[in-house]
Amino acid sequence: MDVNDLRGIHTLVLMAMFIGIIWWAFSKHRKKANEEAANLPFEDDEVEKRTLDEQDKTEKKQ
Amino acid sequence: MSTVNPNLTYNYKVVRQFAIMTVVWGIVGMALGVLIAAQLVWPALNLDLPWTHFGRLRPLHTNAVIFGFGGSALFATAYYVVQRTCQARLFSGPLAAFTFWGWQAIIVAAAITLPMGLTTSKEYAELEWPIDIAITLVWVAYAVVFFGTVMKRSTPHIYVANWFYGAFIITVAVLHIGNSMALPATAFKSYSAYAGVTDAMMQWWYGHNAVGFFLTAGFLGMMYYFVPKQANRPVYSYRLSIVHFWALIATYVWAGGHHLHYSALPDWAQTAGMVMSLILLAPSWGGMINGMMTLSGAWHKLRTDPILRFLVVSLSFYGMSTFEGPMMSIKTVNALSHNTDWTIGHVHSGALGWVAMISIGAVYHLIPKLWGLQAMYSTAMINVHFWLATVGTVLYIVAMWVNGIMQGLMWRAVNEDGTLTYSFVEALEASYPGYFVRFLGGVIFLAGMLVMAYNVYMTVRQKQAVAQDNTAAQAA
Repeated sequence: MDVNDLRGIHTLVLMAMFIGIIWWAFSKHRKKANEEAANLPFEDDEVEKRTLDEQDKTEKKQ
Repeated sequence: MSTVNPNLTYNYKVVRQFAIMTVVWGIVGMALGVLIAAQLVWPALNLDLPWTHFGRLRPLHTNAVIFGFGGSALFATAYYVVQRTCQARLFSGPLAAFTFWGWQAIIVAAAITLPMGLTTSKEYAELEWPIDIAITLVWVAYAVVFFGTVMKRSTPHIYVANWFYGAFIITVAVLHIGNSMALPATAFKSYSAYAGVTDAMMQWWYGHNAVGFFLTAGFLGMMYYFVPKQANRPVYSYRLSIVHFWALIATYVWAGGHHLHYSALPDWAQTAGMVMSLILLAPSWGGMINGMMTLSGAWHKLRTDPILRFLVVSLSFYGMSTFEGPMMSIKTVNALSHNTDWTIGHVHSGALGWVAMISIGAVYHLIPKLWGLQAMYSTAMINVHFWLATVGTVLYIVAMWVNGIMQGLMWRAVNEDGTLTYSFVEALEASYPGYFVRFLGGVIFLAGMLVMAYNVYMTVRQKQAVAQDNTAAQAA
């Protein structure tokens, strides 16, 4: 076995990893988690409001 | 989320500071760009002084726009997005403040040392070793603040935008340290640790990934937050974004060899760079389509919302330049385009069309949010800015396409007896009209930034006026 066999194996391993990532990302049991994650930008209105209220208070003091 | 601390607030101070500096450095950097574009049309504008020579101002332009404007936009949005999608306050306020002042000091140091002629001569890594060390310190602090915030998140998932910002922060650290290895000779003079073609290879491994990670991965993070948020709907496909992420970061690092086609770099390394660049088309377009399709069913919003238009048009320029890039990396195409203005046109279709436009859109989204207002002072002005930016970019890149292809054809033309048909100066003379159109495009783009600065100033002032009114009312 010379270094070129290792290079071939390396390519196959990387390809398997890539296909694995696709399979994992698109698998059924990820569906719910993906949806939850996709909605993260829309779920912190409360914290945003509190931040702005606090800011207003400190700015008025100045 | 039920786990969120009921007293949680976000750190908007550092985000505000970086957002304002994005506009400031944008104007400074682009004004320098307009100046050096004018120098190429009217060479007397170099004033016959060493400090104002094209060769010294050009790296100052690239440093100011990439690290000043782009860098501030990345710091501002990364700090904003990581807090809001992790529902956690920034990990260490003092450390975040250190990154702000440290980063500004570094840009100011660049503005002082580069016109003085202090340079390593490495493209996009011109700053001398003491500044390189300062960059490393600020960057490590940035990583600590960012990942510290991710670690204290109260959400179960790490939103995809943070994956892109995280990859950008880690990879830029590796690239900066790898490429900037040097032996200091004096306080402001060092010699690269690499020699000959190895130095060139390190330089473009760094240089192309400055594009791939600083100017792409970071701004894709921006895209994955601000496009859904401004369109008010989640990203088109979250699972595509996962594949997009891993494919993009795994491929980009190998593409740098295409900057050294037909050089002393071993032929196999050039070919590897070309093949990897061609593969890059897939993840790039995957990401672009994911961003664009987020608007499916809501395209009508483009008619009324110029901020969304900035974001979506930036994606079209991203798609265009990520098609152009792989094409130019093909050796036979590169034989025509190498060292011509086509390269400059390609860079600016990415820099003005993609990086600047998405940053501008993000800043217009951010400013009202950070100051607790409904909208910017004037939406009509955003619209004016949008058209100035689009027209400026198109003029710029078309001029450089025409120049580049013309130069490539003139340089390679040979007579029957094998002598060159045109001298270099003839090709340069033929480039003048293109240089003028490029200057014009730059002026128009810069004018848009000035409109933005006024709009941002009025928005912030408006907020302060309202606050004062409220105080007066309470006192009475």
